Amino acid sequence: MLIRQAPDLRYSDITPKETYLNRRSFLAAGSAGLGALASPFAAHAATTKLDNVGKSPLSTTEKPNSRDDVTHYNNYYEFGTAKEQPADLAKNFRTSPWTLKVGGEVAKPKTLDLDALYKIAPLEERIYRHRCVEAWSIVVPWIGFSLNELLKQVQPTSKAKYVAFESFYDLKQQPSARYSGLQLPYVEGLRLDEAMNPLAMLTVGMYGETLPPQDGAPIRLTLPWKYGFKSIKSLVKITLVEKQPQTTWALSVPNEYGFYANVNPQVDHPRWSQGSERRLGEFRKRPTLMFNGYGDQVASLYAGLDLRRNY
Amino acid sequence: MKRILQSRWSKPVLFLLCLIPLFRLAWRAYAGTLGPNPIEFITHSTGDWTIRFLMITLSVTPLRLLLHQPVLLRFRRMLGLFAFFYVFLHFVITYLWFDKFFDFHEIMKDIVKRPFITVGFTAFVLLVPLAITSTDGWQRRIGKRWQTLHRAVYFAALAGVIHYYWLVKSDVRLPLLYGAIFAVLMLYRLWMWSQKPRAVRKPQPAPAARV
Repeated sequence: MLIRQAPDLRYSDITPKETYLNRRSFLAAGSAGLGALASPFAAHAATTKLDNVGKSPLSTTEKPNSRDDVTHYNNYYEFGTAKEQPADLAKNFRTSPWTLKVGGEVAKPKTLDLDALYKIAPLEERIYRHRCVEAWSIVVPWIGFSLNELLKQVQPTSKAKYVAFESFYDLKQQPSARYSGLQLPYVEGLRLDEAMNPLAMLTVGMYGETLPPQDGAPIRLTLPWKYGFKSIKSLVKITLVEKQPQTTWALSVPNEYGFYANVNPQVDHPRWSQGSERRLGEFRKRPTLMFNGYGDQVASLYAGLDLRRNY
Repeated sequence: MKRILQSRWSKPVLFLLCLIPLFRLAWRAYAGTLGPNPIEFITHSTGDWTIRFLMITLSVTPLRLLLHQPVLLRFRRMLGLFAFFYVFLHFVITYLWFDKFFDFHEIMKDIVKRPFITVGFTAFVLLVPLAITSTDGWQRRIGKRWQTLHRAVYFAALAGVIHYYWLVKSDVRLPLLYGAIFAVLMLYRLWMWSQKPRAVRKPQPAPAARV
């Protein structure tokens, strides 16, 4: 696939926040009058605008989904297992103070506080396709930088072969996590070469603003060529390790979710097809692309690897 | 209580109540509040109401006996037909049409390959003859075997619970809840059937002291 030049406009340039908020309050007022639910946009206040955001050649030219879709259709099991729950149950999630520890097999371990997260590297907007293992997909204008920027700063030693990630977990703030059916805290992992690929992104914002809680505030991973569950949210720990780390879904249902979890239309989930997907907002399903269409950038990472076996 | 249940208005009122889930969906579709994935919303909603109506239908006999309200039997056919109505929407509209776009090759592959589809499809197929033979005419024509045939609903409900259980990723609370309700309803029947031979042997008590 061609990496096309990203459009000159950023998502936030097209419609100023004030305008779309006004539009929404207008719509919300209208529907409230019709007896519909109260405005679901209250949680919006938790995010702030991000400045000095550059553009990225890694962006797709596809049209992003609405912010409303991306903030009201979440798989974040610590805040409930239904898609609409995290928007509500995470709205009071405290991201300040925050600590992200980066350590393990590195020469220069780091501990970052909330402000430091936004200064690891210059911020850029990347419009990525995001494909969930449940066969739906979205296009999101994320804001962040390549994970390798941070990894280079901590200087992995020769022993470092994998990167292990860990999510925030606290039953006091996430009481619904009890019913997730998962062993928590949520953990994920990558091979070091996967983590060093420029597409692998540390994400601190979307739609011109900091991340809302239900989308993984304050910092998350975004791996557009892998199923969404690899893109771990609300990171508190990044550890460089020698051996392949355990990952939450593979621990929970090992025959359904593997360590690699690359988007692959040829390898079905045991219970459903991965050959097609429903892009939110579209009626008909569209075919799923190998590596979610990012083969040019990542296929070489898996040369010689049996992807049917290493799902 | 009995007078309300026997009133000629009770059936039309129940009929309208049973349509509320459909009206709710239609309203939300009109108002644009089906959420970011409307098709999934409709699929889950019609599926939820299928299993609920199956459980409600299976509750009629236990409730009728426990509450001494034989008149409840009047409503069983309608409730069962609503279970079929919602499974029809669930299967034909959301699965065959919205999900597969009547691609029968894909559908056959799905049914053969995916256990949760297989078992859900089985539940639907089991309910089809029950819906067809639910009329008075068919009941007369089939006679004694009608009841035997309609016991297939037990298997349809069980298949529905399994379909739901196999569908969810990790939070199995709701499928287990329906499983538990089904188990209670079936255990009551087993207990009832085990009591029957004795009841037959005993002389029938006076009608006033209904058992």
